[in-house]
Amino acid sequence: MSQPVLDVRDLRIALNGDPDAQVVKGIDLKIHAGETMCLVGESGSGKSLTSLATMGLLPSVLKPIAGSISLGGEELLTASPRRLRQLRATDMAMIFQEPMTALNPVMRVGQQIAEVLDAHSSMVGSDRRKRVLEMMEHVHLPDVARIYNSFPHQLSGGQRQRIMIAMALVLKPRLLIADEPTTALDVTTQAQILKLIRELREEQGTAVLFITHDMGVVSEIADDVTVLKLGEVMEVQKVDALLRTPRTQYSRDLLKAVPSLIPREPRPALADAVPALETKDLRKVYATATLFGGKKETVAAKDVTLNLQPGRTLGIVGESGSGKSTVARCIVRLIEPTAGSVQVSGTEIATIPQAQLKPHRKRVQIVFQDPFRSLNPRIEVGESIIEGPTNFGVSRADAMKRARELLELVGLPASAVDRFPHQFSGGQRQRIAIARALAMDPDLLVADEAVSALDVSVQDQVLKLLDEIQSRMGIAILFITHDLRVAAQICDDVMVMQRGAVVEYGPAGEVLANPRTDYTRTLIEAAPGRHWDFGAFRPVAGVEPALG
Amino acid sequence: MLRYIAQRILAAIPVMGFVALFVFLLLRLSPGDPAAIIAGDAATPEQLEAIRERLGLNEPIYTQFFDWVSRLLQGDFGTSILSGTPVIDMIMGRLEPTVSLALTTIVLAILIAVPLGVIAAWKHGTLIDRLVMAISVLGFSVPVFVIAYVMIQVFAMNLKWLPVQGFKSIFDGVGPFAERIALPTLTLTLLYIALIARITRTSMLEVMGEDYVRTARAKGLREGRVLMRHALRNCAVPIVTVIGIGFALIISGVVVTESVFNLPGIGRLTVDAVLARDYPVIQAVILLASLVYVVINLLIDIAYVLLDPRIRYA
Repeated sequence: MSQPVLDVRDLRIALNGDPDAQVVKGIDLKIHAGETMCLVGESGSGKSLTSLATMGLLPSVLKPIAGSISLGGEELLTASPRRLRQLRATDMAMIFQEPMTALNPVMRVGQQIAEVLDAHSSMVGSDRRKRVLEMMEHVHLPDVARIYNSFPHQLSGGQRQRIMIAMALVLKPRLLIADEPTTALDVTTQAQILKLIRELREEQGTAVLFITHDMGVVSEIADDVTVLKLGEVMEVQKVDALLRTPRTQYSRDLLKAVPSLIPREPRPALADAVPALETKDLRKVYATATLFGGKKETVAAKDVTLNLQPGRTLGIVGESGSGKSTVARCIVRLIEPTAGSVQVSGTEIATIPQAQLKPHRKRVQIVFQDPFRSLNPRIEVGESIIEGPTNFGVSRADAMKRARELLELVGLPASAVDRFPHQFSGGQRQRIAIARALAMDPDLLVADEAVSALDVSVQDQVLKLLDEIQSRMGIAILFITHDLRVAAQICDDVMVMQRGAVVEYGPAGEVLANPRTDYTRTLIEAAPGRHWDFGAFRPVAGVEPALG
Repeated sequence: MLRYIAQRILAAIPVMGFVALFVFLLLRLSPGDPAAIIAGDAATPEQLEAIRERLGLNEPIYTQFFDWVSRLLQGDFGTSILSGTPVIDMIMGRLEPTVSLALTTIVLAILIAVPLGVIAAWKHGTLIDRLVMAISVLGFSVPVFVIAYVMIQVFAMNLKWLPVQGFKSIFDGVGPFAERIALPTLTLTLLYIALIARITRTSMLEVMGEDYVRTARAKGLREGRVLMRHALRNCAVPIVTVIGIGFALIISGVVVTESVFNLPGIGRLTVDAVLARDYPVIQAVILLASLVYVVINLLIDIAYVLLDPRIRYA
């Protein structure tokens, strides 16, 4: 067999170079030209560090202390900074997770690509511009002359990632490192970007090191898969073999934690109780004044009518800009609905003035996406939890007692009340956020992408927790998500939204299994790995998936 | 954008109106008789009456205000009680030394402070960084008059390189101008170097942790280009803000520096006017300072749009 493009051997990376503080503990990796190796693992597995070490871009506190990384036979760990600089973009290139922050916000995107040619080729002026435009067309950007002169914020997420890919591949490097390149994108955009990476790999014979935590994405793009856990390689297999016959318990657990796209068994509807939440023709319009005194209106949500019974879960699914979060925020009255009605347990709250809203606030509570930012870092967990109840007149002692009980309910020790948020992991923090919401004894819990920032095994635990709390407390849950798999596993009913409008609304089993509209079908078809039943280690019955 | 600028200029009118009202009331609402305040302790009743007559103090207060404002709008700021010359002429005559000093100070500060800040951030945590921070603390904490006298002692008295005091217009030749503006500039610039270097360093440190700086490095760009084109360019907004406000501060009067170096500028004019209770001059100086702040803030806001394409004013 030919020489691998990238050959990593026994790579060890340690904090401050201290051999007792290793974060990458002897990783081996081989990728050949034209192949895609997926590096899979949860946070802390060392997958990003391995790729940054290859590029020579590790943060200065982390140092490789042993092993070798060779690119086409050339050792990188001992290469001079100057040599590494020459190799970047010409022989190895990298694209990142968040194309918005990875591009310089004050520089035109065309120039950002042209800069690569400036640094590594003698191309100048119109030749250079021509090459950039060619490359932009190559990654299927529309209207390239206009986009060349655009700034990143003027482009969509997918377009920005295409710019990143154009920038990475303009000099046809032998190795492309893609660090979660589709995680921040909508599913339909993700599908397009995965297709583009496959296409360019085949055309240029690039070796691709693809980092992801998403087994669906793995099944779409990988030839080989390396599973990492806490800086160590768990196993290396061909993708098909890994998905069918994982050799380690860890891989099996990872696969089992992937929520299935097949909707769960529907729960019987309750007899007519008062709905926990009912909206009628809910509408939110943002108006901005234009130059000539006119008004430009953006309809963020139009005519949303829904009904949610106690003890049940309604999922609102959609891509970015679909209006799903707008609806959630109107229901919680974080923003003012423009028109329509919102009733929580029979009380109209859409039209109550802000000043009189307080008694109703406790009936609706919200859990946000990012538990790292939604808890005040300088306040003890217990204080965060009791802030709401004490504000409603509960005595401090009673509230604190309840906080301890709630922490135990969400699977944390009661002693957690005295600790600060940074002492907990992401999953634990999300449990705290849930306990905080429950402390108010709400009738309705709004979860806005509440599991999207979590690793899949943690996500699985939090979803189970929500389910358990719901059956115990009879609470209604409004679950906002972009992830159809999550929706399929937790929701009784599903509402699909697109550009502010409701596209489809009905029982989860029907909407997700037999979609009636093209848009829902598009969404389902774009879901990565839809042909695999990961938890059962086999393709979905009757479909033989095309891998890689 | 044009609409925004027009709006901002319109919005400045009420601001200036309030300042004018305040400045007007400053004299009228001070305890005691304004005429007595102006005339001082040794005035005779006839002198007081003459002052009242001249200032229109016998008219109703709103008539006095509108008369005063309408004269201001015609460029008539009254005459100095002390010298009897029109206030507008006095201000114009004093503007050049102050504007010259402000420009040389800020330009020198930018030339020194921005590179210092960039280097300190780049070499974060090293000796160079700590040295820059130490200079900056020094710049903040040593009083201006101390620096001024040290400068005079060293460069004017001991080395005899530069004249001790005075001002020559740049229109009388660059050499004499530079000779005399050098020491005041060096004295004053230290504070602004401290200020600008600090804000540059802090912003750079923040920006250098951004993903796009990592992207720039991943492209294989030279470190200099990464720092200047990608990092520094993204720090422009806070740096320009500090520079703008610093400039406004100097224009509105640098009392100590101008006094020590005997520069006939706005700061000196203000001190003289206050000591002599020359109210028309004090009023004009306050109005001028407010106008400078309003204009510079507008310029800063316009600069934001040029520096950051994400900022658009509707």
